[in-house]
Amino acid sequence: MGATIAEKILSRRAGRAVAPGDVVVIDADYAMANDGSGPMSIRLFDRLEMPVRHPERIVLVVDHYVPCPNDKVAGLLKEMADFAARHGIKLFRAGDGICHRLMPEQGYVRPGAVVVGADSHSTTYGALNAFAAGIGSSDFAGVLATGRLWLQAPASIRIELAGALGAGVYAKDLALHVVGEIGADGGTYRVLEYGGAGVASIDMEGRFTLCNMGVETGAKAAVMPCDAVTERWIRDNPHLEDAAAAGGVAADADAAYAGRLAVDLSRLEPMLAAPHRVDNVHPVADWQETAISSAVIGTCTNGSLEDMRIAAAILAPRGIASGVQLLVVPPSRQILAQAIAEGLISVFVEKGAVIVPPGCGPCCGALNGVPADGGVAVSTANRNFKGRMGNVNSEVFLASPATVAASAATGHITDPRRLSDV
Amino acid sequence: MSDPAAGKAWVFGDDVNTDYIISSKRKRDTLDPVKLAAFLMEDIRPGFGGMVSPGDFLVGGRNFGCGSAMEIATDVIRGAGIRAVLAKSFSRTFFRNGINGGLLMIAVDTDGIAEGDPLAVEERGGATGVRNLRTGRDYAGAGVSPLLDEIARAGGLIAYLRLNRGFGLTPDGRAGKD
Repeated sequence: MGATIAEKILSRRAGRAVAPGDVVVIDADYAMANDGSGPMSIRLFDRLEMPVRHPERIVLVVDHYVPCPNDKVAGLLKEMADFAARHGIKLFRAGDGICHRLMPEQGYVRPGAVVVGADSHSTTYGALNAFAAGIGSSDFAGVLATGRLWLQAPASIRIELAGALGAGVYAKDLALHVVGEIGADGGTYRVLEYGGAGVASIDMEGRFTLCNMGVETGAKAAVMPCDAVTERWIRDNPHLEDAAAAGGVAADADAAYAGRLAVDLSRLEPMLAAPHRVDNVHPVADWQETAISSAVIGTCTNGSLEDMRIAAAILAPRGIASGVQLLVVPPSRQILAQAIAEGLISVFVEKGAVIVPPGCGPCCGALNGVPADGGVAVSTANRNFKGRMGNVNSEVFLASPATVAASAATGHITDPRRLSDV
Repeated sequence: MSDPAAGKAWVFGDDVNTDYIISSKRKRDTLDPVKLAAFLMEDIRPGFGGMVSPGDFLVGGRNFGCGSAMEIATDVIRGAGIRAVLAKSFSRTFFRNGINGGLLMIAVDTDGIAEGDPLAVEERGGATGVRNLRTGRDYAGAGVSPLLDEIARAGGLIAYLRLNRGFGLTPDGRAGKD
């Protein structure tokens, strides 16, 4: 019997053949915590009275509270910074970016690796053919002290892609389609393993979006094959040596799967998740004319430079509809700098958008961009739970950057293919 | 409540996410789970934090604890003095955090439990279960692995790691009999 990508990575790490359901204790190549989970982890770690086992494998990121909203959070952020300095741990400061963008961008993720993060969307890193899962604060404290954590080996669901996406249809539309098909708990304790001839047509940014949204099915991880797209992305990343691609892991042809989903990419259309469930997925065309009051472009789910280009191209000739507030959230300092250099930020600013500093900001209602009662937001982020953006009396639709930009331009939910020049 | 050992069942539906358990906006002010317990489930049942009593039980449907991996969600439930959470299924990060935090979680068909039912924890043959004193029905979760059982018995991951100065069972990467 062959093995899935996840089974191979975990088996290699455990030093024995691992089957779904086995509980293993393994080393993590890197472990990340942010300012949402880190302060609690530090307090739990201090109770262990043990040294940090591998400070060079730990990454701390300030992204939830950027800039800091009050004196209490300021205290937590200082605790994190002091802890990082005391133990020689890498700390990304406020404004550097969102953890899920920084981990791959700054070279902490490579094919075949095990990377864990104290944040649910750590599944993002599977785009680089790593096994990557979200963990809690106790887990992270345990990794600080031992370098290791317990994991129950998951079975995988194979998502077989064929064809290529049509004009105006993006990886986000596929991600929403997959969540709609599998359901909000259909992937629980599973890995979503992408494969098939169609994968080659999806660039690395699209793969990050797909793996980021993987957790919305309840999945433990989502993973992509290591192919020419991966190799090119690694070659272009100054923080990774080209040889990193050699660690790539492929699934065996006779691997066993807990489920299968086949998607013909050429048949997909722009999709959205309607309030208040991530698996309440429908074609954008079915919700046209729904008036919106705010729009969010960016976040860790859909904030690549390409996403910014798509949005700017739609907004440049049209502007933003009156009564709509557009928030743009570049996910890292690097992307913000590139978007400035390309003139994309000028487009957003001139058209009346609010530029939010790189961070989690409006996505999780922790900070800014809270909608009013009765407000309707359309966002490129990954969750639309009731109250997600900070007000239970508002609604959030999730969609691609093109759909969000098109909707911001018209003032109502709009299929980007209906705009003449897209 | 006639039986002093019993607590009250509070019944919720499917897909209770961690944002509903404790809203992100509350975490700006404190991380103290006892203080945050006042806001437990506020977005889906306003005032719940004031109604629930220590020793009570949370009962959910499918996918309880979905969404964020933030351990504060299981912590706040413990902060409210909840004795155990019973649900048809749990999200994996919530389940992980519950095990690591020493929270008793039982995955069972919860359809027969009504709001207000008196529930009590029972130890039988080394396994921990819950009894519905109204219906007489017993609920026991599926057995977990030896390692997870040890973590639970130690009172959570931190207590376990303190006790063993690391993952004691697993010098070669193997966890117990798994």
